Amino acid sequence: MIFAFDIIILVFLVIAAIISLSVKDLLSASMIFGIYGFLICLLWAEMGAVDVAFTEAAVGAGISAVLMVATVFNTKRKSSD
Amino acid sequence: MRLSSIFAIIAVVITGGILLYGVSDFPSFGDPKSPANAAVPGSESVSQYFITKSYKDTKVPNLVTSVLADYRGYDTMFETVVIFAAGMAIFAILGSVGGESQPRVQEEESSFVDGDHSRIIVGTTCRLLVPVIQVFALYVIGHGHYSPGGGFQGGVILAASFIIIALSSDLDAALRRLSEVNYLRLACVGILIYAGFGVLCQVLESNFLDYGVLQPILLTDGPEMARSHSMLGVEIGVAFTVTAIMFAIYANLSSRGTLRDGL
Repeated sequence: MIFAFDIIILVFLVIAAIISLSVKDLLSASMIFGIYGFLICLLWAEMGAVDVAFTEAAVGAGISAVLMVATVFNTKRKSSD
Repeated sequence: MRLSSIFAIIAVVITGGILLYGVSDFPSFGDPKSPANAAVPGSESVSQYFITKSYKDTKVPNLVTSVLADYRGYDTMFETVVIFAAGMAIFAILGSVGGESQPRVQEEESSFVDGDHSRIIVGTTCRLLVPVIQVFALYVIGHGHYSPGGGFQGGVILAASFIIIALSSDLDAALRRLSEVNYLRLACVGILIYAGFGVLCQVLESNFLDYGVLQPILLTDGPEMARSHSMLGVEIGVAFTVTAIMFAIYANLSSRGTLRDGL
């Protein structure tokens, strides 16, 4: 476990989570959620859980971002609250 | 600031504080004395058993796959069923919302050649990429018990290659390769393959998903290799279901359940 690397990833993780919750444009929110998934994937790979990291890279950063973008295109682009 | 949001912030802070307080009791990362790793007096530690015995039992180098598909095979089967059920729920909801079908607008193919050059570049690049992605997906599925990967990951990558086709040209091009009837068939066949391995073990007078007894059918050297090969078969079943359901969810979401036009 590389401590400095861990801190950097965790800081970016918190930043990505806050931005994806607070941004009004839902398309960029889902993109930033993909970044969040990829950072979690890095964290797991760094802890040695390579299988889980692989799943997160494929599902969290890949497919779920695409599914959310597809949903945003068929609903409203802007968040109301 | 409204009153309700103040209450929400207070609730979040209290919940977060309780969770952080709970984390302080956790064993530290990789602690050999933690409850998950240490043996209880009178019985063997589960982690120790998997680490020391799983290669001898199954001849599978990837410990995660041997736990996932063999020792905890029942769990993984119902994970696949959960994905199947999620897909069915999405079809049921979107099918009832966007069920009414409009007459199809036939657009001329010449627009592809005339104006839109960016579409040609994107389309050609994706057409070159798709076979590479699919071969990689098959590699991930087939080598699930030798390296990281397996049915879930490989299935998602395979579905991503179909989604790339749908994104770069249109949904019809992807549905020509994996039509609605075929992806529903593929999803059911995947679960039937998984459950079939279990029932086959029962027919040979053993427990459900106890792959060792499949040795006379699979013609392997011993019950260990039978377990290894059965894991590959089970992973292929998982990959079928995951591929079909992931692509089907995208196709339904992007076209509001009508399976026409897409994004």
